[in-house]
Amino acid sequence: MLREGENGYRIPAGCAISAIINKRGERFSGEGIIASIKVMHERSNGLGGGFAAYGIYPEYKEHYAFHVFYEGDEARSRTEEFINQNYEVESCGKIPTRKVRSISGAPQIWRYFVRPKQYRMAAMEFTEDEYTARTVTHINSNFAGAYVFSSGKNMGAFKAVGYPEDVGEFYMLDEYKGFSWTAHGRFPTNTPGWWGGAHPFTLLDWSIVHNGEISSYDANRRYVEMFGYKCSLMTDTEVITYLFDLLVRKHNLPMETAAHVLAAPTWDVIESMDKDMRDYFTTLRTVYSGALVNGPFSIILGSSDGLLALNDRLKLRSLMGATAGDMVYFASEEAAIREICEPERVWSIGGGEPVIVKVEGGME
Amino acid sequence: MKRVYANEKLCINCRVCEVYCRAAHSKSADVVRAYKEEPESCSRIHVEGDNNASIAVSCRHCENPACVEACITGAMQKDPKTGLVINDPARCVGCMTCALACPYGCIKIGHIAQKCDLCGLSGEPECVRHCPNNALIYAQGGSEK
Amino acid sequence: MEYNLELVMPRYKIVRDKERCINCGACARQCANEAHVIYDDGTVHSIDENCVNCQRCVCLCPAHALHITKYPLEFCENANWTSEAIQEVYTQAKTGGVLLSGMGNPKPYPIYWDKMLLNASQVTNPSIDPLREPMETVTILGRKPDCVKMKNGAITSKLPPQIKLSMPIMFSAMSFGSISLNAQKSLAMAAKKMGTLFNTGEGGLHRDFYPYADCAVVQVASGRFGVHKQYLEAARMIEIKIGQGAKPGIGGHLPGGKVNEEVSATRMIPAGADAISPAPHHDIYSIEDLRQLIYSLKEVTEYKKPVAVKIAAVHNSAAIASGIARAGADVIVMDGYRGGTGAAPTRIRDNVGIPIELALAAVDSRLREEGIRHNVSLVVAGSIRNSADIVKAIALGADAVYIASSALMALGCHMCRTCNTGKCNWGIATQRPDLVKRLNPEVMHLRAANLLNAWNHEIKEILGGMGINAIESLRGNRLMLRGIGLTQKELDILGIKHAGE
Repeated sequence: MLREGENGYRIPAGCAISAIINKRGERFSGEGIIASIKVMHERSNGLGGGFAAYGIYPEYKEHYAFHVFYEGDEARSRTEEFINQNYEVESCGKIPTRKVRSISGAPQIWRYFVRPKQYRMAAMEFTEDEYTARTVTHINSNFAGAYVFSSGKNMGAFKAVGYPEDVGEFYMLDEYKGFSWTAHGRFPTNTPGWWGGAHPFTLLDWSIVHNGEISSYDANRRYVEMFGYKCSLMTDTEVITYLFDLLVRKHNLPMETAAHVLAAPTWDVIESMDKDMRDYFTTLRTVYSGALVNGPFSIILGSSDGLLALNDRLKLRSLMGATAGDMVYFASEEAAIREICEPERVWSIGGGEPVIVKVEGGME
Repeated sequence: MKRVYANEKLCINCRVCEVYCRAAHSKSADVVRAYKEEPESCSRIHVEGDNNASIAVSCRHCENPACVEACITGAMQKDPKTGLVINDPARCVGCMTCALACPYGCIKIGHIAQKCDLCGLSGEPECVRHCPNNALIYAQGGSEK
Repeated sequence: MEYNLELVMPRYKIVRDKERCINCGACARQCANEAHVIYDDGTVHSIDENCVNCQRCVCLCPAHALHITKYPLEFCENANWTSEAIQEVYTQAKTGGVLLSGMGNPKPYPIYWDKMLLNASQVTNPSIDPLREPMETVTILGRKPDCVKMKNGAITSKLPPQIKLSMPIMFSAMSFGSISLNAQKSLAMAAKKMGTLFNTGEGGLHRDFYPYADCAVVQVASGRFGVHKQYLEAARMIEIKIGQGAKPGIGGHLPGGKVNEEVSATRMIPAGADAISPAPHHDIYSIEDLRQLIYSLKEVTEYKKPVAVKIAAVHNSAAIASGIARAGADVIVMDGYRGGTGAAPTRIRDNVGIPIELALAAVDSRLREEGIRHNVSLVVAGSIRNSADIVKAIALGADAVYIASSALMALGCHMCRTCNTGKCNWGIATQRPDLVKRLNPEVMHLRAANLLNAWNHEIKEILGGMGINAIESLRGNRLMLRGIGLTQKELDILGIKHAGE
């Protein structure tokens, strides 16, 4: 079976995406997001579905929550040995699941709430986040049969091979409560059935759901790899996540600026701006030309701060936004929003125009 | 009126203008056949000088043409409408008076007087069209409207 | 005593169709090599041994009576001792000198551009129609920082000087001296018209060309000809020339015969004196010396001009390029072994250096491994023949390309490769006033501009097909390339997969 990233193997995919957030940080169950993504059943083909949820582990909010797929006991024991060496494990166990007829061939799915061992981290002079990011990369690239698919704090990704609504049921997401949810239904144009290849893709508390196939992939990959990232899955979501991580976490750019880098305005538009804006965009395009993402994409980026919805600058993929009270909704199709709320306002998100929803009590 | 102007800085002495002029005023209007046919045709533009300095000269279609004044039969006329100076072959007797009068040396004498007719005002003259260095241009003169 | 028999046979035969020839003599008046003569009786005849196959006469002949073929004489068939090899021995036995040639390496080495194929979008992402959607080929050259610093929503970083080109194509270095004033003027005018740059080469900037200085790259080469403060300050970019693809490791030699009053004034050397560029810069014997020259040039121009360093593509280009990037260069220029020249020793031209495709791939990969590729711009030269070559170069990792041979072809060059004789019938590689005036910049610059325009248009079409609408998304995007008929080693060096993979 071919997997994403193996021997440089790259699998293009089409998709459906959806997201819900409560701006005041109030938590709600996963039923809504499952109902929303279910409407777009036709946009997936049963070869991958997944969710990311923020605010679901308040009792462990200072701990990194590792969600890990294992293909066998040996992979698990090797990985656990490594985790134990590097982390204080507060709690661990299998992630509870339901039996769902359409989902089969599940790997072992484990969850660990951990904190880095201070003395090991201090020896490497890394921040907690950098330490954890590197540990996760190490496991995923060196321990065959083990794959960490979620590693943020107070958040988690849940994904599987199957239709997204079945995946939601499988993971019992109706029993979790979060303030922000994203969902993804996948239509890969190839037929690998690897659970790790389903979306969302995550890194620390970043999660990304994406519909599109970017044509700048290798330019973006080779750019981020200069900064120490390793694109092992060779998927669009992976490289876009790394781009955001580089720009926002490492280069300290505001989220909106990062979006301006990825979906920069055209030079014609820049030339027509007033001087300050012209200089701002010219500088971004000059310095970050390797981070311009080209080709069709609609993405929803989740983090503990909130959500970012972004379309490619030509708007080659559909993406709708809506508000209702304290709730904000995004989805590939308007129907997926109307299924779960009576929106006050619905709009089509403009090409290259980021929409940022911050949750109260976020970092900024 | 539009005239042919020559730029001596750009003239490269290839004399291709002469060839195309002759062809244009031949029976066949073909470069190769023009040089072989009878009666012999002739070029109405000619290049003076050598590779270092050269210029193509042809009729200026003067405001007050000396050739017209000198013509003994009234064959040489300036068309009041177009400004073109043309020789009427039916009336020309080949006396060469016009050639002697022309201050630019632009009239050639064969059987009768031969001179530039701007290729009948049918667009860019052949000499201009074929100049490989754009040394000839067909344009309105500087002081004219 | 001299041996009087000529062993070197003519290379070409001039075929005159007597049925068509009108004896107008245009060929004779136009041939600086005196391959045509007008006899006293007015008939025109040809002298094969003088012909260099520049085809000026063929193009000009109004009767279309001329064509030129290979000289029919052949030596006994021998795959090893080719007629070229034998004739070169005869020539050297006669002259006792080094063989000289013009233009680039003509030998049948592999051309990697022709062994790479491009990708296009089908179904899963849409191709983009450049006639309907914006399609950007704007290219920015210059040193870039790792990141942008912001405070209160505003950018606080100040960038080093950048050059915004309308397309990733510039005219490569060709000095006044090696080419004519009219040829250089045509390129300068075309560059200005099209929003790109031309390059003065090492011959200085003629006083009449200062109006074009804002689109000039000025070279500082080992001979330092024509280098002065105003020259550096006027330019858009400064280029330190270390090497040239046609003759890596070799200096230059402009014979005194080509150093007329204008060349003399521009180069700041005596008229009639040979202009010798030493093989190395005598103030650069190592990388740290290069750093000093880079910063001297930056100091004198108050850090307002990007400084490029040009090297020939040689075996260890990757390490050298990394050193150049770390020495402070803003732009690295690499010239492949196919690169052209006004004159080079034939053996050097044909045997020294490596293909630009391999050097480019190696350098781009190396700079990325070191995490510094984004800091510098990478420009490649050395036989870019068409827009597809440019697209492939950018996909391998170049920011932009320099073109020279093709630019001269736009001005009429027929690649006869006798630039070194100074008798260029097209008015390009000559200083003879009667030949120079054959190149009229007012019209010829439009042909050079047309070429840029045509190639830029084709680049946009190809980008659109790939579903890309900005050239930077192609840069280093090697997934857009596939090899055809290449060995695994070649694929590894190019960093691409084979077609079908």
